[in-house]
Amino acid sequence: MTAPATDTAPAVVQRGSFELTLRRLLRDKAGLLALAFILLLVAFALGAGVVEAWTGHSAFEQYRDTGLTPTGMPVGPGAEFLFGTDGLGRDVMVRLAYGARTSLTIGLLASVLASFIGVSIGLVAGYFGGWADIVLGRTMDLVMSIPVLLCALALVSVFGPSVILSVAVIVFFSWTTIGRVIRGQVISLRQRDFVQASRSLGAGPFSIMIIDILPNLSVPIIVYTTMMIPNGIVFEATLSFLGLGIVPPAPSWGGMLAEAASNSIYLVAWWLIMIPGAILLIATLSFNILGDALRDALDPSGRPARKRRKASKP
Amino acid sequence: MISFLASRLAFAGLVLLVLSAFVFFLFFVAPGDPARLLTGEKATEAQVAQVRANLGLDRPIHEQYLSFLGRTVQGDLGFSYRNQQPVTKLIANRMPATISLGIGAVLMWLALGIPIGIMSARHPGSWRDRMGQGFILVGVSFPTFVLGMALLYLLYFMPRQAGFTLFPAGGYKPFLADPLIWAWHMFLPWVTLALTTAAIYARLTRGEMLAVMGEDYIRTARAKGLSERKVVLKHGFRSILTPLTTQLGADIAAVLGGAIVTEQVFGLQGIGSLAVQAVGNQDRPIIIGVVLLAGFFIVVANIIVDLLYVLLDPRVRGAH
Repeated sequence: MTAPATDTAPAVVQRGSFELTLRRLLRDKAGLLALAFILLLVAFALGAGVVEAWTGHSAFEQYRDTGLTPTGMPVGPGAEFLFGTDGLGRDVMVRLAYGARTSLTIGLLASVLASFIGVSIGLVAGYFGGWADIVLGRTMDLVMSIPVLLCALALVSVFGPSVILSVAVIVFFSWTTIGRVIRGQVISLRQRDFVQASRSLGAGPFSIMIIDILPNLSVPIIVYTTMMIPNGIVFEATLSFLGLGIVPPAPSWGGMLAEAASNSIYLVAWWLIMIPGAILLIATLSFNILGDALRDALDPSGRPARKRRKASKP
Repeated sequence: MISFLASRLAFAGLVLLVLSAFVFFLFFVAPGDPARLLTGEKATEAQVAQVRANLGLDRPIHEQYLSFLGRTVQGDLGFSYRNQQPVTKLIANRMPATISLGIGAVLMWLALGIPIGIMSARHPGSWRDRMGQGFILVGVSFPTFVLGMALLYLLYFMPRQAGFTLFPAGGYKPFLADPLIWAWHMFLPWVTLALTTAAIYARLTRGEMLAVMGEDYIRTARAKGLSERKVVLKHGFRSILTPLTTQLGADIAAVLGGAIVTEQVFGLQGIGSLAVQAVGNQDRPIIIGVVLLAGFFIVVANIIVDLLYVLLDPRVRGAH
């Protein structure tokens, strides 16, 4: 398909789609900053063991002598404990690093799984139309009208809190958004000439969906999967905050904030909420900014919402 | 029109049916014996069997589900395992706090999100637009419980440290006793619950307004010599009411979910905290009751939205 690069005009450099996207992305300063923070966070999570070795504090040990004041209160940020200690005298920074592992893993895993399900169902519903579309579309409506957090409560009360359950709940309630988007895109793509051409060459529906249509969906898939990560992180933190996610004493951001909230200990130890709260906020903010930047870089033609509206007018 | 309404009602019924089956069978397969839970550790086998028979737990599952459905339709949600009180009564007691929280939050996010979105869209690229976009980004990223705790720290605790009371720490005061005290106690919970959604509304309003303001009929309205205010509100904003309504239907439904977290942070005795406590106590009838109530709310909100469509958009009227 790609024509060999000819150098008839030396001043004109041929740039591939990937290179153009990268150039647009590099011009987006907010997006780069967000990406930098995400990479930093990933390093922090991966290097939790390094943080542990460097501070000499484990994530679980309660430092009763150094980590608590003589009256038994947590110690504020200082030389010994960079981010202070919690109500039990544990090192907040080390726990944050391990919590980052949990949050990022769950956020990423849930988004990829939800995206896989959403894309598969969106593809089938959009491509086949008819009954498949009605049944799958109605299923999406059904899932969307279920009270998410309450059903999560019910599930946890039966099966007990666990990582797998958290991921399952997040996946179950977040695949519909991308599913709808993909369905809409597939409906417009399946009429296009290249699909007709493929069909006339004898390609079956699954080969058309995977080989012809799927590559054209890479932009919404990348953007929406990125945008789902912060939602997954917040959802996990919320579940842990309500005591329904990660089981203590395993460190998680939501769990740390819940411990800070119990007995209102954060009112006398601001770092217990401000530091985990700020990291959680900056993490979700970064993923949202990165999602916006990716959308702008991958699809420079502008906001899809505007185009769709204009086109639908008679 | 009638067939449209009928299909919506049928779907609503389906949602409730699926939801009721989900919670019922979930608890049926759950480990742990409710009869044992009710009678306590010291009860004899005979006593447990007696309670089991009284609750109908010894009957086949489909019979149990049908009788459960029958009772639910009549508004009977059973009794709490913990204190034997009717679930409907327990829920009714918690209603005022949750309704106060929900209504206030909805009004607040509309009052905040829509003007910010319109302002942003009217001056694209300006400093106002950038501030609006900043609000949107921070708002959609702010986890509810982090915001609630930060507000409590900054607006309740820090002023108290300085020697004056700006806002109370939480708790619910009845509206009828003193509306001002009620609003004062509800203000921080409202902000907490409303901010994220306000940002979503600002984003939606901005996007839709940007699209609409480029239409030809807006240029016509301007050419007629209408004031900018009239152009924006009567011609521009009027046409984005439909997408806003769609969003509102979905969000009113989600209020109960957000309320769980907000009630927890501010110590409000509402339906959300009832559900969280019920999970702690393994009090299944309450959990089932709250889930069904939430489902009912969602379904009703969706039907109201569908009816509003017909009022707002003449094209829908023609289509059905």
